[in-house]
Amino acid sequence: MKPRIQPILVLRALAVLAGGASVVGCFSNRQNEGAKLYASHCSNCHGAAGEGLQRLIPPLAGADYLVKNRSGLACLVRKGMQGPLIVNGVDYNQVMPAADTHLTDSQITNILNFVQTSWGNKGEIFTIREVSEQLRGCGASDGQ
Amino acid sequence: MISFSFCRSFQVALLTVGSALAFSSCSDKPDAAQTLPYYGERDVRPRADGGPADTIFAAIPTFTLTNQEGQTITNQTFAGKVYIADFFFASCPSICPKMQSEMLRVYEQYKDNPQVVFLSHTIDPAHDSIPVLRDYAERLGIKDASRWHFATAPHDTIFRLAPRYFAAAQKDSTVAGGYAHSGAFALVDSDRHIRGVYDGMVKEKVDQLIKDLPVLLREEAAKQKKAQ
Ligand code: HEC
Repeated sequence: MKPRIQPILVLRALAVLAGGASVVGCFSNRQNEGAKLYASHCSNCHGAAGEGLQRLIPPLAGADYLVKNRSGLACLVRKGMQGPLIVNGVDYNQVMPAADTHLTDSQITNILNFVQTSWGNKGEIFTIREVSEQLRGCGASDGQ
Repeated sequence: MISFSFCRSFQVALLTVGSALAFSSCSDKPDAAQTLPYYGERDVRPRADGGPADTIFAAIPTFTLTNQEGQTITNQTFAGKVYIADFFFASCPSICPKMQSEMLRVYEQYKDNPQVVFLSHTIDPAHDSIPVLRDYAERLGIKDASRWHFATAPHDTIFRLAPRYFAAAQKDSTVAGGYAHSGAFALVDSDRHIRGVYDGMVKEKVDQLIKDLPVLLREEAAKQKKAQ
């Protein structure tokens, strides 16, 4: 087949580029922001496909931790974590630092929802309200 | 604090290494006659007998390090072998996990070839004691220290060595007491010359390393045959 530029694809690409501003783009843009933030803040460690790294960095794809510790995820992202933990039956014991630049409550929501819905994960979506509540619980909500 | 400067300065370091990288990425096609370039400064010495001048290539200086099993390792440990070196630290929050997972990819391909050895230097010897390095290696899945050394040495030794591997580890003045270094992988031949420098954060560059290794191994095999 001869490679041909399809008008529909061009339109779609333009729509993606135009992104944020439009109302229709709103949901997909959030998805997009989650994916972008994941790429810049998480993927060096957890891997582009959430696969983790051997027994050094736990996976996010198919991780039982996400289901069992849903109520602690927002604070985990904001503050990092350290000490031994078990994910999918494997023990880990390294340090996850707090994000190096400040992430707002809404950015954390978008990252978590990206994780919840990627690589085969089918976790329940977070609302920003739920995330802000979790963050208030560890004294770290910024209300944004 | 080592951590944050690490990330920021990475790009600067990349620019520095950039020109060298461009060098190797041109030679993309596999070619039996191909040889890898020599990196670093070279010295041309006229011969006393008036014959063609000798070119002396930059070489890794002598070193003494300690690996994750507490064994002493020196240049002699790598005699007759090629090795791939990088710089990292166990508690590194930014680029190291990605780097080490790329290094692991190279290791997986060559783990059954004792001619290819791996050497990761910690740039945080105060934290990365031998037990910490051993735990790190085990968690990465490296059981045989003689195949992949996770090495420590006094701070000054490491920071003198790093630039010789094009890894640009240095104090970063923008962060009090901070250090900067790049995610470079250096490919070293059995005469201690650097034959390749690759950005360990970029999959395509690491693929190039995987392709370059057989070229160097062929050269080494020819050299050993000649020496016999
Ligand atoms: C510097 C590396 C690093 C970065 C960057 C990082 N993490 Fe982690 N993460 C870890 C480590 C290491 C652990 C395990 C910590 C321990 O052993 O106590 C972990 C644990 C987790 C866990 C719980 C265990 C699991 O796998 O389910 C989640 C969830 C998580 N990280 C999500 C994230 C998200 C989302 C981001 C980006 C905002 C992120 N991490 C950024 C290294 C990192």
